[in-house]
Amino acid sequence: MYKLKLASAVIGFSIASSGFAATNIEWWHAMGGANGEKVNEIAKAFNDSQDAYTVKPVYKGNYTETMTSAIAAFRAKKQPHIVQVFEVGTASMMSAKGAIYPVYELMRESGQSFDQSGFLSAVTGYYSDQDGNMLSMPFNSSTPVLYYNKDLFAKAGIKNPPTTWEEMESVSQTLLDNGVKCGFTTAWQSWVQLENFSARHNVPFASEANGFGGLDTKLTFNGSLQVAHIEKMGEWQQNGIFSYGGRRSDSAPKFYSQECAMFMNSSAGYAGIKKNAKFDFGVSQLPYQGSAISEPKNTIIGGASLWVLQGHKKEEYKGVASFLSFLSRAEVQADWHQFSGYLPITRAAYDLTKGQGFYAQNVGTETGVLQMTSGTPTPNSKGLRLGNFVQIRDIINEELESVWAGQKSAQAALDEAVKRGDVLLRKFERANK
Amino acid sequence: MSVYFPHKKLPYLLVLPQLVITLIFFLWPAEQAFEQAFYQEDAFGLSREFVGFDNFVYLFNDPQYYKSIWVTLVFSFSVAFSGLAIALWLAVMADRVIRGKLTYQTLLVWPYAVAPALAGVLWWLLFDPSMGPVALWLQYFGVDWNHFLNGDQAMTLVVISATWKQISYNFLFFLAGLQAVPRSLIEAASIDGASPFKRFWTIVFPLLSPTTFFLLVVNLVYAFFDTFGVIDATTQGGPGVSTATMVYKVFNDGFIGLDLGSSAAQSVVLMFLVGIMTVIQFRYIERKVEY
Repeated sequence: MYKLKLASAVIGFSIASSGFAATNIEWWHAMGGANGEKVNEIAKAFNDSQDAYTVKPVYKGNYTETMTSAIAAFRAKKQPHIVQVFEVGTASMMSAKGAIYPVYELMRESGQSFDQSGFLSAVTGYYSDQDGNMLSMPFNSSTPVLYYNKDLFAKAGIKNPPTTWEEMESVSQTLLDNGVKCGFTTAWQSWVQLENFSARHNVPFASEANGFGGLDTKLTFNGSLQVAHIEKMGEWQQNGIFSYGGRRSDSAPKFYSQECAMFMNSSAGYAGIKKNAKFDFGVSQLPYQGSAISEPKNTIIGGASLWVLQGHKKEEYKGVASFLSFLSRAEVQADWHQFSGYLPITRAAYDLTKGQGFYAQNVGTETGVLQMTSGTPTPNSKGLRLGNFVQIRDIINEELESVWAGQKSAQAALDEAVKRGDVLLRKFERANK
Repeated sequence: MSVYFPHKKLPYLLVLPQLVITLIFFLWPAEQAFEQAFYQEDAFGLSREFVGFDNFVYLFNDPQYYKSIWVTLVFSFSVAFSGLAIALWLAVMADRVIRGKLTYQTLLVWPYAVAPALAGVLWWLLFDPSMGPVALWLQYFGVDWNHFLNGDQAMTLVVISATWKQISYNFLFFLAGLQAVPRSLIEAASIDGASPFKRFWTIVFPLLSPTTFFLLVVNLVYAFFDTFGVIDATTQGGPGVSTATMVYKVFNDGFIGLDLGSSAAQSVVLMFLVGIMTVIQFRYIERKVEY
């Protein structure tokens, strides 16, 4: 502990001393490990590119810890300039009108050129207000994809990964018949099996355009399509086609150990799988119900964006704006995308990556981008904007687990989740009106 | 013989530091929580509305909340009971060892230095249904271990992780207590022909009763208030709500969900419950303790 403190003090000092004449800008983020080092690298590149401002990245723990510590800091009037907030915190940030400095306003007021149309609409849609103005700067976005074990597929004589849920069942059955223990597993069940499932099938997850239309939104994910899907998954849990492995990414070991032949997880999980899988794997798009729709809509994103907080000097905001411009440059974005597995957030970064031949060399890394940009986002596939969403996801987790355990029917569990979630939405509406 | 202190002010001065600490670290936050429980506030504290008893009404209309009370009771008593029983057994064993005594004692105290979240992750890895060695071993013996789906197994897992950490602490006190038992009493009993079992239950254990009582209180407080790190790292309250204890709910709703009003209302209820428990302990259980 002492060594850690000493080390951070030394690092802090070296960062501080490198630009003593410059205006300091603090950036709180949740990127640990290799991604965290990359974040420091990006900040250093910006600091070296000019001498008026110094960006100081500070690692604050996981997403939840970063967000709550920024909020606590705001309440104590010691907030950072920029904070990275995960997608489920979007509604909380948006509703905090006096606390956030909308990015489009910041860019305009600091005289930075800022072209919103250069960003991928499936990404910016999540972080824009009703008039389409970007409130936060997208940074690391991901979307769920299907990873599959090519070795197990070959052994069972299966050539292609399933594209529909119907095929998902038959392919899994073939795998089981060939001695594989489980067909597929999933990480982040609410995000993948309900939020993205709804978006992909163009059915609402919540009313008021998934919450974009106002705070008086109600949950609607207990529709017939979602119930049928969850019911099927409940059945599959019993016969081995599906195997539940925990709420977050706890199910990854089931895929690594080849217990499950397929795994639905974030596109940003690519690097982890590459590192851990001792077999040949492929990436494909999430399946859809072939009997319900002929062509799926885009998937929605996860990950985080950068929010600017109020309460600093005008001069400092100029620095924030020029840093955000720097961040959205094609080279910076392409580099971050290729390094981390997160999606490129601008068209230019995507084109650059393509031009560099990255997708050809790293098969599967483009799947998420293609899936997310297929077609124009509809009100049902634009994203989600729900208050108290962290807790609502907890409720969904709890209710889904009772379906997997065979204690509740899918209908009963989703009805209950909607009922409990609506109470939280009403609380949020009341606290933020 | 009585001792008389002539100073009138000195005693107050001497307890003053303690009073100030209690005021700053207990009474003031408690008052804040109490006040917060009657308000509804957005996360940033930009707007605040007095809602009366709404937070409590909401809480007591929530069937999940009653479940969390039950979960808390099962969890806390399991942790306190197994923590005390195992530590006592280990202390008796370590007390008997002659060779390498210090090594055993040091090893047994070790787990206490591990942070709760780390302890949680450790057990989570050991019991992971698809790669944890303990889980695989259990599966080998025909136990279908999957704490992601089975609530009772998840509860067992959090009880084990929470207990494991507390055993060292209990062990230290029990060992000290055992070493304070006069050897002459035990020797006398041996000469009278009492078996080791009888010697333990009629002489040693009653003499340990003040230690046991103290540890019971400390362990229950630990299980009630100090275990959300373990639960968060192992099960996050799941599956369903089968391991969501009351204090985990306070932590989750307040620090993760940022619903401060409800979280404050829950801590007021918790404070009240622990108050009752303390009264029961000191009025009824303490009578059986011989100092």
